[in-house]
Amino acid sequence: MHYQVMINGVSRSFPGAHRLLAEATTDGDVVVLLGARAGKLLPSLARRDERRAILVELGTECLGVHTGEHRGAEGSNVIGFARFRLGDAEPSDLVELVVQPNAAPAALAGAQALFEGAGLHTALCHDAPGRILDRLLRPFFNATLRRLDEGLATADDMDLTLKLGLGYPEGTIALLERTGLAPHAEISQTLHEALGDPGFLPARRAQVAKARAHR
Amino acid sequence: MAEIKTVGVAGSGTMGSGIAIVAARAGFRTIVYDTDAAALARARSEIEAFFAKSVERGKLAADQLPVVLDRLTGSTAPADLAACDLVIEAVFESLAVKHALFAALDKVCPPHTIFASNTSTLSITEIAGGSGRPDRVVGMHFCLPAQLMKLVEMSPGLVTSEASFAAAWQACEAMGQRPVKTKDHPGFILNGFLVPFNNDAIRLVEAGIAAPADIDKAIKRGMGYAMGPCELLDLIGLDTQILLCEALYGATHDPRAACPPLVRRMVAAGHLGRKSGRGFYRYDESGAMFGA
Repeated sequence: MHYQVMINGVSRSFPGAHRLLAEATTDGDVVVLLGARAGKLLPSLARRDERRAILVELGTECLGVHTGEHRGAEGSNVIGFARFRLGDAEPSDLVELVVQPNAAPAALAGAQALFEGAGLHTALCHDAPGRILDRLLRPFFNATLRRLDEGLATADDMDLTLKLGLGYPEGTIALLERTGLAPHAEISQTLHEALGDPGFLPARRAQVAKARAHR
Repeated sequence: MAEIKTVGVAGSGTMGSGIAIVAARAGFRTIVYDTDAAALARARSEIEAFFAKSVERGKLAADQLPVVLDRLTGSTAPADLAACDLVIEAVFESLAVKHALFAALDKVCPPHTIFASNTSTLSITEIAGGSGRPDRVVGMHFCLPAQLMKLVEMSPGLVTSEASFAAAWQACEAMGQRPVKTKDHPGFILNGFLVPFNNDAIRLVEAGIAAPADIDKAIKRGMGYAMGPCELLDLIGLDTQILLCEALYGATHDPRAACPPLVRRMVAAGHLGRKSGRGFYRYDESGAMFGA
């Protein structure tokens, strides 16, 4: 597959060398817009309607911020994506693909082929704050931190319970310590503002870590 | 506190049988009690089959098989639990049922006998309140299947004595299990986190944000979890999820613990999960999963 990569800002999905970047060409009917400001490239992109797919890297924002929305009937050859990554950890091999209601099937198929061809895995979701993983994980992380404050069990025992009882590779507290409590607080706060669900309100320990990071 | 040598297990369902295997395997004289003689007979045969497999797999020496099985007896009479130093209940998850059981056992068991509850959602303090001996009641929540899973969540109630908790903890370790201490909190650690987490996944499906297969794939690939929430819910059973939600939401009023309407619709449609052949996925008679 011939695809072109255009970069605007630091990419959280592809912060370093990767096969997907190495195999890009100077032109192609699929365009990957990467970086923290990837969506800003969209309005000025040449031959936009002729492309099979335009893939826009997303942060915490919805794809609709870049494409616009129209009465629940929006959708085109533009597909959003984000490679899941917790805080300072390396990106995972999971790419969340974001589609609008009338996304072009060929664009979606192109996106799946491109990422899977680069050795990654894709999961599809509609355009909603937090996509799949942040939507599921942030309230869980906050609940764990709150229970730690309430003395439900020690951090080690909570982590051990999740590993032995559910087969998690790492307990939640250790995971947040490794990947960063402050970045968790920032994403969780953004989702709380977007969704209004109290489960996303950053737990005290995450707020403390964020405050310390910004001192 | 007397040394624990004889363990009673009240309830001979999947969990009770698993706990009985754990206790007998570790050398405790084990008495399984159930009001239903047919259920006891089924449990006995499943326990024998488990130990026979253990011999085949080299996990148990062949000459130990009759020794282990000799340690296990069954009874439909509560009076037979009078010899127990520790009784672990694994009966229906209802405060009234557990109160009735412990009140009956309190009349036949000696004062030193510790009562343990395998509850996953009810308060140990509330269970202890109807036991006649609240200072000698502890929470001992084994994970399914108990005979394979090492973890036991152990919780003291508000009035549990330190000596009772320490004796039960020691017995748990002597059974080869790994206890972790938790507060007497609804759902303890595992269900306290898992039930709302699984509900959040159901709500993503309900809102049309993602399909079960995409949610499971994202969790497994993104987080390295062995199983996605929708697969796990099919294994647990959607009807069981309703019971767990009702217990947890009833105790906490946490909106995340409230049962999503989709679950009730699925149960009404007979989509209970693996056991009915259809839940978030479809299953054939061999248990193979489709739709992932």
